[in-house]
Amino acid sequence: MNRQWWKILCVILLVYTVVLGLLGPVPALRQLQETIRNLYFHVCMWFGMMILFTISVIQSIKYLRSLDLNHDIRAKEYASTGILLGLLGYVTGAIWASYTWADPNNPAYASFGSIVREPKLIGAAMALLIYFAYFVLRSSITDIDKKARVSAVYNIFAYAMLFPSIWIIPRLLPSLHPGREGNPALNFNDIDARMRMVFYPAVIGWTLLGVWITSLKIRLSLLKEKKWLNA
Amino acid sequence: MQTLSRILTLFRKDWMLEMRQQYAFYRVLLYVASTIFVLYLAMGETNYETWNALFWVTQLFVCINAVAKSFLQESRGRMLYFFTISHPVEFVMAKILYNMLLMTIMNTVNLLLYLAFMGDPTSNLLQFIGISYLGGLGLSLVFTMLAAIASKAMQQASLMAILGFPIIIPQLLLLVRLSKVAFAETFREGVVSQVVLLLVALDLGIVVLSVILFPFLWKD
Repeated sequence: MNRQWWKILCVILLVYTVVLGLLGPVPALRQLQETIRNLYFHVCMWFGMMILFTISVIQSIKYLRSLDLNHDIRAKEYASTGILLGLLGYVTGAIWASYTWADPNNPAYASFGSIVREPKLIGAAMALLIYFAYFVLRSSITDIDKKARVSAVYNIFAYAMLFPSIWIIPRLLPSLHPGREGNPALNFNDIDARMRMVFYPAVIGWTLLGVWITSLKIRLSLLKEKKWLNA
Repeated sequence: MQTLSRILTLFRKDWMLEMRQQYAFYRVLLYVASTIFVLYLAMGETNYETWNALFWVTQLFVCINAVAKSFLQESRGRMLYFFTISHPVEFVMAKILYNMLLMTIMNTVNLLLYLAFMGDPTSNLLQFIGISYLGGLGLSLVFTMLAAIASKAMQQASLMAILGFPIIIPQLLLLVRLSKVAFAETFREGVVSQVVLLLVALDLGIVVLSVILFPFLWKD
């Protein structure tokens, strides 16, 4: 029971997020109107993704220090859940964009074209591509120990190179996406106090859910690994 | 002191191999020349923005081609031999130095051919040359490490592109942006030196990471 408290916390926070996120008060901005509620879902996905990728890198560093394959499995599973959250971030972003960016007077492909050219979306796609490449690299090495070592090295190297891309590209190119001058929603001034009451718990809740999913996947692949090793 | 002399010996070995085989140089020369012929025949002289973008894309592919060889040429047996006579840090430093030299030469060839065929749209050529060398060195550093990673896997050459492209895009964008200063585009005060410093810091970071991470790739 003692070790399960965070799962209960996760459920409570997510119920709180969904209920207050859909019913709570929000500022009525001219362009966003009620779509601003998507902040509790869309932005949290990207926060969760970055946190999970960070955990994955920490596990990779731990693997290189100990050469214990458990850490390698953790690094892999955290990265794959991170990709899942990233894809969900795209889906929620697409819903948001279809209400705020898409122009009903234009044909759908014109709106689509202008949305895919958005630099922030390309930046996010690159982060996901790096982790897709991580999985391609893993699958192209057959030896387990070698796979773990080489992919851990790539994970650390790519993560270190990813940060410049997150900090630089948004400041380099013009963009419709909010948060040009920094990282959206991290800044205390650009988010309403009432929304902050839901937003921060939402980030924690969604991240905990990601960790929960990952912990199940880790247990599953540990079982598989054991079966494989004993066979 | 001994470390330094070992690095230099390894570096000299790569250089001598290159001088005897002249493999990388002619291969990349052919590669660049045919690319630029096609570009020239397809569109002749272009506006500076296209020129700039094409230059950096060519630079990227030249770098992949030139640097990829550095680890892929080493057979398993030879790696084992190096393993017994040198330290991984010395080995990777020698590779980094060699690739930097190789990329500097390729950069010169690329630049000369571009100027000859595609014209010179820059307003400050010296500045552009400086930026292109800075960028070329940065690219060679990143791809040295990626070649080391890819050499451990199957289908190495194509894997290097998959691993490398998402990582290199930000740096490349920064370079494309920075080189516009040589086309007389105006920047805000201090931005240019900031970006140059950022690139230099990034390069140093890559060297440090390579030195830390390469020993883990080394043991098989």
